[in-house]
Amino acid sequence: MRIIIGEGSCGVAAGAAKVHNAIAALMDGNESFTLGSTGCIGMCYLEPIVDIYDGKELACRLVRVSEKDAEAIVKAVEANDFSLVEHIIISAEDEEFLSRQTRIALRHCGLIDPESLEDYRSTDGYQALEKVLKTMTPEQVIEEIKVSGLAGRGGAGFPTWFKWNAARQSVSEQKYLICNADEGDPGAFMDRALIESDPHSLIEGMLIGAYAIGASEMIVYVRAEYPLAIIHLEKAIEQAKEANLLGENILGTGFSCEMRIKAGAGAFVCGEETALIESLEGKRGMPRLKPPFPAQKGYMDEPSNINNVETFANVAWIMNNGGEAFAAMGTENSKGTKVFALTGKIKKGGLVEIPMGKTLRDVIYGIGGGIKEDKPFKAVQMGGPSGGCIPADLLDTVIDYKALAATGAIMGSGGMVVMDESTCMVGMAKFFLDFTALESCGKCVHCRIGTARMQEILTRIVKGEGKEGDIELLEELCEAIKDGALCGLGQTAPNPVLTTIRYFRDEYEAHINEKKCPAKECVELLTYSIDADKCKGCTLCAKKCPSKAISGEVKKAHIIDSDICIRCGQCVNSCRFGAIIVE
Amino acid sequence: MCNCSGPQSDFTLIADVLAKYGDSSSNLITILQKAQDIYGYLPKDVMYHIAEKVGVTPADVMGVATFYSQFRLAPIGKYLIMSCQGTACHVNGSERVSAAIAEYLGIQSGETTADGLFTLENVACLGCCSLAPVIMINGEAYGNLTPDSAVAVLKEIREKEGK
Repeated sequence: MRIIIGEGSCGVAAGAAKVHNAIAALMDGNESFTLGSTGCIGMCYLEPIVDIYDGKELACRLVRVSEKDAEAIVKAVEANDFSLVEHIIISAEDEEFLSRQTRIALRHCGLIDPESLEDYRSTDGYQALEKVLKTMTPEQVIEEIKVSGLAGRGGAGFPTWFKWNAARQSVSEQKYLICNADEGDPGAFMDRALIESDPHSLIEGMLIGAYAIGASEMIVYVRAEYPLAIIHLEKAIEQAKEANLLGENILGTGFSCEMRIKAGAGAFVCGEETALIESLEGKRGMPRLKPPFPAQKGYMDEPSNINNVETFANVAWIMNNGGEAFAAMGTENSKGTKVFALTGKIKKGGLVEIPMGKTLRDVIYGIGGGIKEDKPFKAVQMGGPSGGCIPADLLDTVIDYKALAATGAIMGSGGMVVMDESTCMVGMAKFFLDFTALESCGKCVHCRIGTARMQEILTRIVKGEGKEGDIELLEELCEAIKDGALCGLGQTAPNPVLTTIRYFRDEYEAHINEKKCPAKECVELLTYSIDADKCKGCTLCAKKCPSKAISGEVKKAHIIDSDICIRCGQCVNSCRFGAIIVE
Repeated sequence: MCNCSGPQSDFTLIADVLAKYGDSSSNLITILQKAQDIYGYLPKDVMYHIAEKVGVTPADVMGVATFYSQFRLAPIGKYLIMSCQGTACHVNGSERVSAAIAEYLGIQSGETTADGLFTLENVACLGCCSLAPVIMINGEAYGNLTPDSAVAVLKEIREKEGK
């Protein structure tokens, strides 16, 4: 038997390392089982997760495990009797979270030990590379990718074969293949999970790409906030070098390619490919004018090709199974699968990979189990700061690049943040503008000053100081920034504002005209009072109130002085009779 | 050269880093990252020293150091609190958590408490979205927080430190 613990970053954050240590402490020379770890299984809401394997078969999956369960787990494994851990065995309903997915990019995640080259090889790892190097020309590789219909998974959805072909056509002694692992969308974490859980699949995908374009050096630009991903990738690079999968004369085929990691330093704009190149060159990450495109003049002025982590993670699968098998999934304009990071007010949050063509409802309700506490669904935010909010009446929108773009949102890197009625949409727009205004590199006036002006207007509105004409002014600024900004960050920064105005204009109007926040989130617009009929005069709220705004005699109805009230909401949480009214 | 007052930093600590990476300005970000690991932040005289050794202007170094959010120009406290401002945390009430922490410590994001114990930093997504709202203290994540439970974590650290 093998006990395998899911130790991706979210697992560790939920306490997986403590569980690991607790079980390890009980092993003490016990040879009836081994203890190991794997990456992200993708069911974040059930972490920490412990899998028990009998040979290659998953015998039992335990969820929400705590270190207190360690003893019972060891006993259960020794006795081969899982009734001892029945209280933490995954339910049939939770198993559907995985069984309803189609995993290609995530195919090894949570199944193999990310620190073991043997594990990767045992699942057909590096077979695609060997096939490509020994039996295919670079042109044939590009053709296969073209047949597959694979498009950039980082956000823009540009056809991968086209970029590869452009870089292939550029004539130069030195070409670079770069992986964009600067996952900056706050709410997306699939690239981190992929590198942490399956680093060799990234290396293999990149090597195939490097062979296709004729690159002799590969660079992975990783967010510095992802330390575990960097450690696993460093280790995998070392292993690949030792196994002659990197370096000179790879697998004896005459193809040579080096690989290195560059840690980013925290700048959202570096997800833009020319800004990323500037950053790789040790400069401030400010986007360049295009053309020349990176395929002609990129890193160090040499031809360069940049793809995202998830894009590369699909490449080896396509080479093993054929482009047609990949293209058989999806819709007319979007082929294959896409990974989403499902978070927010969702019952079952985690990583979800589904074929293109499914609907948002399939993901949010079919896999995610719907909204926490069964509240009504309000909107889903897709594409992060470059994307938009999609409302409830568009839940049946099909997931493909075109259909999502038609809603005003974008596919993006796959962040899917679900919101219920308690999220204020004006506040959401302000949240993203706060982000883009902070992250604007400052090169273009429209982006630098335009986002600041929009941020000011939105701040005014959520404070109850909005004026008539503010919505129109926002719309005008949005159009100007879209037209005037050089790079994707600026051009898409207005999307969260435009989509919330488009679908939730009534909320903006309520803030501006009635000085009310329908979601009851904007504190400056709330008033707290006490329902005299419900108040029992228990004095608990008066004791809790940090500003001493609540007064009254014992066993008599209390009152709140709204001039002193700081609207912290502590009285609501303390009242056992539901007597506090928030409007 | 740098005319700033105060004690000079020990440049020998960074000699190995400069020997390995100092030959190309394309390594500037890497050098600054290593320097921050060594000194805990980027002292001004160290940045002048790096500029001289790498062969770029001090303005180039300062430009890079202020562009990226990872770089700090002032020392940090013993405990670095990273308060996640990601979308999932926002939707799950991170603003009230951040406000409670700021109020309890009496500092804003980017500041350090007078006793040198805590530095508060609002950061972009930490990637533990299913645990939202999340803070990370010296690398350890604390999830599913409320304003009260976040403050309780800090109180516990204060007690442990006898302050």
